[in-house]
Amino acid sequence: MDRARALSRLKFADSGFRLMTLASALVVLVLLAGVAIALFAGAWPAFHEFGFGFLFSDAWSPPREKFGAATAIYGTLVTSLIAMLIAVPVGLGIAVFLTELCWLPLRRPIGVAIELLAGIPSIIYGIWGVYYFRPVMQSYIQPFLIGTLGNVPVIGFLFQGPPFGYGVLTAGLVLALMILPFITAVSRDVFDTVPTVLKEAAYGVGATTFEVVGNIVLPYTRVGVIGGVMLALGRALGETMAVTFVIGNATKIQTSILAQGTTISAMIANQFADADPGLFTSSLLALGFILFVITFIVLAAARALLASLEMKA
Amino acid sequence: MANLYSGRKRRNLVWTGLAYGATGLGLTMLVIILATLLWNGLGGLSLDVFTKNTAPPGVVGGLLNSIVGSLITTGLGLAIGAPLGILAGTYLAEYGRNDRLATVVRFINDILLSAPSIVVGLFIYELLVVPVGHFSALAGGVALAVLGAPIMVRTTEDMLNLVPNQLREAASALGMPRSLVIQHIAYRAVRSGIITGVLLAIARMTGETAPLIFTALGNSLFTLDPTGPMSSLPLIIYEFARSPYAEQQSLAWTGALILTFAVLALSIAARALSAQTQQK
Amino acid sequence: MSDQVAAPRPANAASANKDKVVVRGLNFYYGKTHALKEVNLNLYEGQVTAFIGPSGCGKSTLLRVLNRMYDLYPGQRAEGEVLLDGENVLSKDLDLNLLRSRVGMVFQKPTPFPMTIYDNIAFGVRLYEKLPKSEMDARVESSLKRSALWNEVKDKLHASGLSLSGGQQQRLCIARTVAIAPEVILFDEPCSALDPISTAKIEELIDELSGEYTIAIVTHNMQQAARVSHYTAFMYLGEMVEFNETNNVFTSPRDKRTQDYVTGRFG
Repeated sequence: MDRARALSRLKFADSGFRLMTLASALVVLVLLAGVAIALFAGAWPAFHEFGFGFLFSDAWSPPREKFGAATAIYGTLVTSLIAMLIAVPVGLGIAVFLTELCWLPLRRPIGVAIELLAGIPSIIYGIWGVYYFRPVMQSYIQPFLIGTLGNVPVIGFLFQGPPFGYGVLTAGLVLALMILPFITAVSRDVFDTVPTVLKEAAYGVGATTFEVVGNIVLPYTRVGVIGGVMLALGRALGETMAVTFVIGNATKIQTSILAQGTTISAMIANQFADADPGLFTSSLLALGFILFVITFIVLAAARALLASLEMKA
Repeated sequence: MANLYSGRKRRNLVWTGLAYGATGLGLTMLVIILATLLWNGLGGLSLDVFTKNTAPPGVVGGLLNSIVGSLITTGLGLAIGAPLGILAGTYLAEYGRNDRLATVVRFINDILLSAPSIVVGLFIYELLVVPVGHFSALAGGVALAVLGAPIMVRTTEDMLNLVPNQLREAASALGMPRSLVIQHIAYRAVRSGIITGVLLAIARMTGETAPLIFTALGNSLFTLDPTGPMSSLPLIIYEFARSPYAEQQSLAWTGALILTFAVLALSIAARALSAQTQQK
Repeated sequence: MSDQVAAPRPANAASANKDKVVVRGLNFYYGKTHALKEVNLNLYEGQVTAFIGPSGCGKSTLLRVLNRMYDLYPGQRAEGEVLLDGENVLSKDLDLNLLRSRVGMVFQKPTPFPMTIYDNIAFGVRLYEKLPKSEMDARVESSLKRSALWNEVKDKLHASGLSLSGGQQQRLCIARTVAIAPEVILFDEPCSALDPISTAKIEELIDELSGEYTIAIVTHNMQQAARVSHYTAFMYLGEMVEFNETNNVFTSPRDKRTQDYVTGRFG
């Protein structure tokens, strides 16, 4: 029968395509396992030498071959925290503007403009940050913070010291700008999935825009919004170029967020080329492994959170 | 009643005001960054930039080797990453959907999606640079593929999930084999979405610097050989932006301008294209 | 159970009817849910059979067994016999795509493919036949004429199928199904998303297609069943309660539940 023959010709291609997709999915698994194994293998000499103390030691002395991860871990967490504190509300605000408030003909151009911000490579944020944003920080923002918040009890210690321009806060702010469009793009897309009838029903009973967003849009889309925030946090934790330029690369923990510091990724980027093979290189790979583990934990936690939200819904 | 209402109205005003403010802030930053790039980059823009290779201080140089290097490494990344990402995303949305493997792959992919690019660079360094004994553009391309693929996995899956089951059923009802339903109906129904994912991936790959430091390394000479070290725009910007020489700093800005506008122009063009296909 | 299920051979001329599809002892499960219970049914060649019954009675499920659409989803399974020209459709090693090329389906919501009107039709045809352009053009034209859409779209064959109105889209889907020349066409509430005028056109079309094709139509609209079908199957809670000539089902139902339903007492 003609049809049967025509179809059997397609059969080979049909199962071939299926197998190709399956193989690709498996490659994704292999990649992550590969990252973990390769980094751990490279990091082993350092872990073996320093043990768990590596995590808590703030030593970093190539000549004496003493290495510890604490400074870099601290800087990574603090810069990311600063970035999230600023980028999440602003990013969501833009998404709300685009979906609920914006005049329709402007919606697309403004949306595209924000997406363009995401298209700008991170190295550009770095070069812009060091040549333009750093001087602004040094001349205006840091002196202002030192003069005001620096004198407030309890939190004052965060805003003390000389204004270098370089520093943890500067890096956090540049990071915030970088991850902002990711939060906006994802949130806007998920906001758009809210059925119009649902929103119209709420507007119909006299709800304000704010109430519709708070009571309909956000609850309806929270899973997606958290997904977007998660994506952004991942980028912030591991972002290298924007941070390397502006953080100052000081391998010392300081309490003030105006002080210079470093992050795991900045440290690797700065020192890998000069590192001697042996303990130094191995310690940098160990930092990479720790960064990988931190990201893994953050994402796993976010997943668990998502699962519990799903169950409540 | 009136009080309650005015309170609600005031609250609404404050919050919507903040949303306007956030958007204004975002747009202002975009304008500032682009203006900075134009201001610093345009001055150095000359024919030399596209015809000469990078040179030591004191010699008139250009960015030819870096531009070509960027095209090659990103091209390699895309050639490896796009089929991988789209096919894996297809497995998750079309074949796996609820099976255990898909759940695990989805979870792992989410992690890879946010995996720091520098970590991926170190991984490829250990995998393809250390054993071979030297840096290579190919290693750079593989590192970029590892970064780009998860974006495409995610968007492809998300987009395919938007395809109504009824459309799949309708195609199957004509006796269409599953692979054709996917390739000709499902892909087509969400083509612009998948393209957007590919573009996001290209944008990310083109702009990545960190993973190339340990893989492609950089090269001051012109080369087309993917098995050796190769320059690229982000790498040369990274190097020249920290240089004490004014002419190298100027080239860094020009490179930044080219890199940024190339990525942005590409993304705008693709957007226009996908809007067009959607209308049709 | 089977004693309730009349498998009537109407006394009149219809005894000349030839079985196209014979369903015997069909059970269907969604996971643990027993959705169809010992269903028996005959679809006669060239006749229109309507499946009616309250929501959830299994009428759509039954339809989706006939072309094994349920196979797309894991956890759904059918037991029993569904014979298409004597061949068991439920057999494991049956070529599903071949089956579906013989048993076409039109869905509740119009489902034009995201491509041109022309390609919507040509795509299915290309699966089975390599036609030169002129023959393909002719096939597209005849299918569109067969589904009473030609006059409305002949000047914009290369516009997107999505640009058509709902009723036009549904006729495009019928044209697409007709183009690959199936033997049986299944309609799953084809008018429920359409306005009355479009509905009338589709009903007219079904009437014209009968004779040439064996047709089964699921509908929640009893007037529609009465208007378009020769035979009617009334289902309730997964059971085939009554199957007879449409006229008999509506004027002299044998089962109390059928009577209650067709007179509007429940459902």
